[in-house]
Amino acid sequence: MPAPLLNERDLDFMLYEFLDSESMCARERYRDHNRESFDAAIATAKQVAEKYFLPIRGKVDRNEPRFENGRVEMLPEIKQAVDAATEAGFVSSTADYEVGGMQLPLPVATVANAYLTAAGSTTLGYLSLTTANASLIEAHGTPEQIAKWAVPQRSGRFAGTMAMTEPGAGSGLADLITSAERAEDGSYRITGNKIYISGGDHELNENIVHLVLARVKGAPKGTKGISLFIVPKFLVNDDGSLGEQNDVALAGLFHKMGGRGQTSTSLNFGERGGAVGYLVGEENRGLSYMFHMMNEARIMVGTGAATIALTGFQYSLNYARERPQGRLPSCKDPLSPSVNIIEHADVRRMLLAQKAYAEGAFALCLFGAQLADDQHTAPTEEQRSQAKLLLDFLIPMIKTWPSEYGPQANSLAIQVLGGAGYINEHPVEMFYRDNRLNPIHEGTTGIQSLDLLARKVPMQGMAGYHYCLALMRETVAQAGAVAGLEKQAEQLESAIKRLTDTTETLLAAMADTNIDKVLANSVMYLKLFGHVVVAWLWLKQGLVAHQALAQSQHGDEQNFYRGKLQAMRYFFSVELPHTERWSALLMQGEDSAYAMRDDWF
Amino acid sequence: MKVLVAVKRVVDYNVKVRPKSDGTDVDLNNVKMAINPFCEIAVEEAVRLKEKGVATEIIAVSIGPKVAQEQIRTALALGADRGILVETEEDVQPLGIAKVLKAVVDKEQPQLVIMGKQAIDGDNNQTGQMLAALTGMAQGTFASEVAVDGDSVAVTREIDGGLQTVKLALPAVVTTDLRLNEPRYASLPNIMKAKKKPLDTLTPDELGIDVTPRVKTLKVEPPAERQAGIKVADVAELVEKLKNEAKVI
Repeated sequence: MPAPLLNERDLDFMLYEFLDSESMCARERYRDHNRESFDAAIATAKQVAEKYFLPIRGKVDRNEPRFENGRVEMLPEIKQAVDAATEAGFVSSTADYEVGGMQLPLPVATVANAYLTAAGSTTLGYLSLTTANASLIEAHGTPEQIAKWAVPQRSGRFAGTMAMTEPGAGSGLADLITSAERAEDGSYRITGNKIYISGGDHELNENIVHLVLARVKGAPKGTKGISLFIVPKFLVNDDGSLGEQNDVALAGLFHKMGGRGQTSTSLNFGERGGAVGYLVGEENRGLSYMFHMMNEARIMVGTGAATIALTGFQYSLNYARERPQGRLPSCKDPLSPSVNIIEHADVRRMLLAQKAYAEGAFALCLFGAQLADDQHTAPTEEQRSQAKLLLDFLIPMIKTWPSEYGPQANSLAIQVLGGAGYINEHPVEMFYRDNRLNPIHEGTTGIQSLDLLARKVPMQGMAGYHYCLALMRETVAQAGAVAGLEKQAEQLESAIKRLTDTTETLLAAMADTNIDKVLANSVMYLKLFGHVVVAWLWLKQGLVAHQALAQSQHGDEQNFYRGKLQAMRYFFSVELPHTERWSALLMQGEDSAYAMRDDWF
Repeated sequence: MKVLVAVKRVVDYNVKVRPKSDGTDVDLNNVKMAINPFCEIAVEEAVRLKEKGVATEIIAVSIGPKVAQEQIRTALALGADRGILVETEEDVQPLGIAKVLKAVVDKEQPQLVIMGKQAIDGDNNQTGQMLAALTGMAQGTFASEVAVDGDSVAVTREIDGGLQTVKLALPAVVTTDLRLNEPRYASLPNIMKAKKKPLDTLTPDELGIDVTPRVKTLKVEPPAERQAGIKVADVAELVEKLKNEAKVI
């Protein structure tokens, strides 16, 4: 039997038991919804995924787009898949009814999208960028800009990109040099080169809307002088029809380790005098508009990483149940039939580790999606601002933890399959390659760790940090009162103590010694915090499972909840203790990397 | 032309069902339910007839508990225009369903009734035939092609020997086989639109129908588990066992 893309029972658990997504229907924005429409949307996503994405997943990976005569050649099936997902409504599932959306709550849309990601994260990439681009224009554009550029993206006529990186400005966006000059008609002329622009050129849609970061002539240096522009591939007339081609040229394609079906382009703006661009909002505020969407974009990266981990886990689990090989160490009879490899404890270890990583990561991302929704739709102003506070604080973890441990889970999936996992007859090697992008884009792990320690922890008098700790302690108290979970409650409590001690030591060191030296260990701090947060969410899952198990009569249901509890136990026994070592290293100011010198290599 | 489509709420085809421990029935506790796959094909066929301009209105009917509204709304999201739920907590059986459908047919006067050839829970393959008999309508069962032409419909049937095409005078009952079409899925906007489409609820009593089960289930149990095989040393032993133990040669 083929492996399921995702474990449907687990997704139901995450949405309706771990989170209480049905309760969101009480909010004004979601009052037309109920569990039935949530499930229907997820079912549609699954069907689109299985019908259009999954059959071409391997082919998309093996047939990279080609650069021919200044244009992109790619598999025609990608267009069918993109069109099918667009027509089914997935570009605008969370958008307002007015722009053709379904007003789905973000956690529900996240689960629906997970099917498309599992069946073809690369193909979905084209749509995700379009969704992000349209959302940004809707948030910061004028009504005319929304009508002209966002609405056609929602309907699938146009695609969208984000054009930030330049050859000399990647993680250091402050140094970007693409320039913009105001023209007489109020529009701008853009000149410069952008690289790694995903979906930067293709013929899947009539037109492509690039959102370009550039510096208006005379603007201040650094990040304070960056503006945001809409720069279309084709100009658009007032009646919505396409005009002449804009001065945007495809300079070439990059060839990637994973995500190979999605074009990564180098674009030249203004080779013939300047590409026409339209300012979004005000001059010099471009980066803040872009960062406005950054939380959502980072949740999306985390979710993608977690989902690829989930699907790799399902694939290797299915394989382990069907592949006979070897006998147990205790079996001395060479004539006995070989056992399915899931009978080997080490294989179960690798499966359990994947389950703990992947489901822990997915829970974290769904929790993030819930907060991202709550910050706009929670009933009271206080709840909305609390949600925003916690989300801003958790974002470095939500982006990074799944991105770091998702590929590790995929690596274990390869290991479960052994030699079969290393060849492209099975998709697990592709999952690994595809997932390996995630610690890099939308802010690398290093950048995220600086964001956490240097910005998010001290932010607003450490308000986000303290709120996060308070919530974790609440769960400790709950679990401490439940027979069977006391041990995990205790472990989490000690881990929180380690975390707070470490934080205080680091903040004090940052204040009175060399900040570069303290921040040299920022990634280790992020790992420490990430593990504590994921342990917390595992304990929350464990609480739900523990209670449900006691009330459950059905054998399959009982097994499901026992599996949840076992993965939680694994995480607490095997993973959480890593925090002891990380904390000790951080407290003693481990400095071998900091003290290492270029010449010594 | 008005088309009536029957949809049944059944256990989702992906679910591995098990008998209850007391053997009275299949265990449906906490089990995912869905529209019967053959009924989905029936809805699809009706929607295609509407898209071709043959059908003008599609009515989706279900008979079952209140939650069967979900399956009607699935049909509405796929393109049916309105729904009728005949609500009953009774374990309705083919004859009862056929009688209820006849009452709805009398009320609505459709030219065409399209339904699945069987439901994947009971696997009876009876309701369509019974409805045709009760209403006196022509029947085209196991359809793999349906072509309406004026006041008749040509139905290509999947039969043991191959395909058979029958021409039926309308009104008629058509039951669907797997190859008739590939059902679409509901787009997200259509899922929301379906919520606004009319859905009436009736009861068997209001229609004057007695749906009390006529067939009694004595026992539900899983098929016997397959026993492990044995290895024989040589052909002689095999022949000996086949002859004396299995007694097949």
